[in-house]
Amino acid sequence: MSTELFFVQLINGLQYGLLLFLIASGLTLVFGVMGILNLAHGSMYMVGAYLVWYFVAVTGSFTVSAILSAVIALGLGILIERVLIQRLYNRNHLDQVLLTIGMIFVFNSLQSILWGNDPYGVAVPDALSGSVPFTDNSSYPVYRIFAAFICIAIAAALYFVVSKTRLGMLIRAGESNREMVEALGVNIKSLYTIVFAIGVMLAAVSGIIAAPMRSIVPGMGESVLITCFVVVVIGGMGSIKGAFVGALLVGVISTFAAVLMPTMSNMIIYIFMILVLLVKPQGLFAK
Amino acid sequence: MNKTKSLASAVLATTLTAGMSLGAHAAAGDPVKIGVMLPFSGIYAQLGEAGRDGLKLALKENAANLHGADIEFIELDTEAKPSRAPELASSLLNQHEADFIIGPVHSGVAMGMIKMLRGKDTVMIIPNAGAAAATGPLCSPNMFRTSFSSWQPSYPMGKVALEKGYKKVYAISWNYGMGRESLDAFEESFTAGGGEIVEKVLLPFPSTNFQSHVSSIADTNPDAVFTFFAGGGAIKFVKDYDAMGLRGKIPLLGSGFLTEGTLKAQGEAAEGVMTGLHYAEQLDVPKNREFREAFNTEYGHYPDIYAVQGYDAGQAIANTIDQLKGDISDKQAVISTMEKLTIDSPRGEFTFSKAHNPIQNVYLREVKDGVNVVQSIAAEALEDPARGCKL
Repeated sequence: MSTELFFVQLINGLQYGLLLFLIASGLTLVFGVMGILNLAHGSMYMVGAYLVWYFVAVTGSFTVSAILSAVIALGLGILIERVLIQRLYNRNHLDQVLLTIGMIFVFNSLQSILWGNDPYGVAVPDALSGSVPFTDNSSYPVYRIFAAFICIAIAAALYFVVSKTRLGMLIRAGESNREMVEALGVNIKSLYTIVFAIGVMLAAVSGIIAAPMRSIVPGMGESVLITCFVVVVIGGMGSIKGAFVGALLVGVISTFAAVLMPTMSNMIIYIFMILVLLVKPQGLFAK
Repeated sequence: MNKTKSLASAVLATTLTAGMSLGAHAAAGDPVKIGVMLPFSGIYAQLGEAGRDGLKLALKENAANLHGADIEFIELDTEAKPSRAPELASSLLNQHEADFIIGPVHSGVAMGMIKMLRGKDTVMIIPNAGAAAATGPLCSPNMFRTSFSSWQPSYPMGKVALEKGYKKVYAISWNYGMGRESLDAFEESFTAGGGEIVEKVLLPFPSTNFQSHVSSIADTNPDAVFTFFAGGGAIKFVKDYDAMGLRGKIPLLGSGFLTEGTLKAQGEAAEGVMTGLHYAEQLDVPKNREFREAFNTEYGHYPDIYAVQGYDAGQAIANTIDQLKGDISDKQAVISTMEKLTIDSPRGEFTFSKAHNPIQNVYLREVKDGVNVVQSIAAEALEDPARGCKL
């Protein structure tokens, strides 16, 4: 592999990793704060992608569609938390797993009923459809650079909210001692609703951003969910910093694995996960 | 029970030399059972539905030619899961005593079905799955295919590439039956004519992380790229290829599924992609125009290739029943009638090879303004080599 190709692939890997982070961040946030293992997280990614596809077809504007979809996802998050998740806080993980697996089936069926089973695609918005010259033969699409920056911006915003704001303080307090936060007069119920809804919205936003780069197909949520879990487990369950590092590592490693040993590429990230867990059984940045 | 029944009908058919009206009478009391094993949920649901709709349309159109035979459909959802195939096939065979079994879409499911149905009396018609083995080493008198073998759409593309002057080709696909067989078929004709495969990449199915491979293609700088991907993977590959700036620089060739049912989602990224397939929606054949309108009237949307293949499976059944004057009790007669049929398909007429695979034209298509436009006949009346088949 030439140096040039090496850097090209590194950029591909980082870009993929940033998107992975965006998807995984919601999962790890919800788990870290609420202790809820949301297996339907991938379905929210799917919902985001389908919503933006649907609204682009109706309105023709990607920006309008993206905002509409994100708001709907936020509402959906609040609804799911209020109606379903709230009943599970005092139950064990197995009950949570049962409920959220059930939600996967419900969302897949809804997708099939509402939008059918054809594969769909969303065109890259006109303003971002250009590309910059890259190597002799190839160019780099502006949209993918833009998507990477959006991911970085959201990562920075998450970091800022969690470490510098009152909401973040409550989130961190809730993570370490739920009863104490409640005893201090904080309405932990609405805090949880907010956190869960943000988690859902993060998943949906990654689906929205990914939509013009990927194909929108039934089952897209499940495939992303597994990679997401690998990211979160490597980074340490519940750690946002861990998810960030884990996502970049998984992105870069799987990209190079795909090029260097394509037939085995799917295995490599799992082997990497095993190695990490052997050294750090709780993940890289476990609490 | 199956045996007694077929014996009884055979006796009936031979002792009473009444022919048509009696055959019709016998049939009226005993409907023709068509077992349908297609995916109605999961990633291939759309393909399964299209195949079934095509099948039903053919039998409806031919209702007058069935000599009074009633048709009963038994639909089972395979979910495109190979593990469910033997159980479902067995239930159609033993419990429902189906006369014909139509299915499946997915080659893995086909293997499971073949395991149960190979060498039986019940006729199995594959309306999509391209697995080479079905009309190769595992071929059987009672198994027919109205779609294609994986070899058929790709083999002619090797010659097409040579004619266009491409010497070095980068080949990429998924590492499973259809993917490997498609690349092999292309390689067979391409290297035989002096071409060189500079790199052959097989990715785990159903991975769609293509961007890094597209970067490698740009770095390798071949004369052209040949590929098999379908469905969501096809959309992603074509979009990545365009996004990384390769479209218009390095021609993209493929097995026809790269641009089947995906063009709307691929949008401008698919312009100029050249593929080989036994059908094109705008194919200029009278039967095709007629079929497309009839399908649209019936279902409110235009058919795709999967509907065509299901429709032809239905035509094969209807024509066989017609020629046997409604009496399908003698399964040997059913098979020998069916293998001699000429199917008036929307893709153009085809006949069955010895291995029961269609002998059909493969068209070279190029995407122009979002449509697969037929450029030429890449291979006329192409017959699958049916390697390993002893029929």
